[in-house]
Amino acid sequence: MTEERKPVTNIKTPMRLEFRYSAGEATSRFLRGIGQGKILGQRCPSCRKVYVPPRGSCPRCAVPTAEEVELSDKGTITTFAIVRVPSENIDVPLPFASVHVLLDGADIPFFSVVQECPVDEIRIGMRVEAVWVPKQELASTLASIRYFQPSGEPDVPFEKLAEHL
Amino acid sequence: MRDVAIVSFAQAPNRRRELRNEVEILMPVVQEAVARSGIERPFDFTCSGSSDFLQGQPFAFVIALDAAGAWPPIPESHVEMDGAWALYEAWVKIQSGQAETALVYAFGKSSPGDLPEVLATQLDPYVLAPLWPDAVSLAALQARAWMEKTGATARDLAAIAVRSRRDAKSNPNATVSGDAEIEKLLAAPAIADPLRAHDCPPVCDGAAAIVLAAGERARKACARPAWIRGIDHRIEPHSLGARDLSVSVSTQLAGEKAGAGRGAVDVAELHAPFTHQEAILREALGLGEGVRVNPSGGALCANPMMTAGLIRIGEAASRIMDGSARRAVAHATSGPCLQQNLVCVLEGA
Repeated sequence: MTEERKPVTNIKTPMRLEFRYSAGEATSRFLRGIGQGKILGQRCPSCRKVYVPPRGSCPRCAVPTAEEVELSDKGTITTFAIVRVPSENIDVPLPFASVHVLLDGADIPFFSVVQECPVDEIRIGMRVEAVWVPKQELASTLASIRYFQPSGEPDVPFEKLAEHL
Repeated sequence: MRDVAIVSFAQAPNRRRELRNEVEILMPVVQEAVARSGIERPFDFTCSGSSDFLQGQPFAFVIALDAAGAWPPIPESHVEMDGAWALYEAWVKIQSGQAETALVYAFGKSSPGDLPEVLATQLDPYVLAPLWPDAVSLAALQARAWMEKTGATARDLAAIAVRSRRDAKSNPNATVSGDAEIEKLLAAPAIADPLRAHDCPPVCDGAAAIVLAAGERARKACARPAWIRGIDHRIEPHSLGARDLSVSVSTQLAGEKAGAGRGAVDVAELHAPFTHQEAILREALGLGEGVRVNPSGGALCANPMMTAGLIRIGEAASRIMDGSARRAVAHATSGPCLQQNLVCVLEGA
């Protein structure tokens, strides 16, 4: 192929944009709570559902949520997936379980991973509890919750979770 | 054509750095517009305008739907443009007979990033964006071309800034307002010569919402609806070099198609983020000295990206709804140097 007809297959156009993200009022309160070892949700004044992490609003009712609710760091698995492929971004040994945990007092499940349990024992209805980083390492980031582990409490029957699956 | 009107409008205060998330900013604005319309949710159609590039948060436009009350799932659409184009889409939807009512909203949160740099990413990605021409520098190219052609001076531009800031004193949502002295403004150094700070808009965060309704629904919702008698939008080539920057052919054509010149214009809200752009737009729309331009202070005093165009339509509609104007022209722009323009003609009867 002549030089003039060769396709240009590559150009370098470095691009960098920096952002100072602001989490918003509700999520900032949630993150500050995490920094103190507390999980804070918000209750909708209309449908009474408790959201966690809160975003300051109820997406179903389209009204602001102002009432703060402190939630337990224990909950129930509502669904799970066994992860067998590595990800650079998740620093836990394979295989592990990604889970939705319905924290006690909340109405929507919370995403996390389960450790300290063989993956073939993970099940819907299983009770789990948060494992936090040591107190002196607590910070306003979800990395403060390392993972969830089985709490040893009896399972919650499937019917009781039907609304949250 | 069906009779379609704007029946309510609301906007957030335009702040330089808004710490609330997009839903926290939008929700009170949507609630206010919906309450004023008296129309109960769900709307037949919902359409929004925004750009995730501004705040650097992917899918912010989906998250923002929480503010609209989108459960059970609603028929909705989004444009990666100013909300004025979302209003156009909603108007088409109503014209086509698929909707009687529509909620239109827009938001822009520019403060997390460096806006002039972010806007460089909308340019040709191979031959222009890699050179990183920022939005203010591009506007300065246009200002220079226009000044050379018309003989206008920096003083002429500063006079537009002084008038806008004075008008913005009565606009509680404006970011910039006050009695500026022309000599003081002119004494400031240029940012991108010939543009000085007063020739450029403040970078700010904001949100706005408008409710549209057809025929009887509009008459029921509002004592004096702002009827959309014409609306059109046109775009110019992507390459800035392919355009005559000193004029706005797309605004002129959109204005003609929308019928801006078919009657006396009491008030015009022009989306001119830079002083010289107001002059270019006035000429393109044939607005004489008698036309009151930007009584809100315009985009020079509050320019939330993706929102300031919808606000122009809302401000013009407000003049109709409060009875202070009989006929109004609203204009919105998108892209660098007035690349794309929309003209909306509103009447009280």
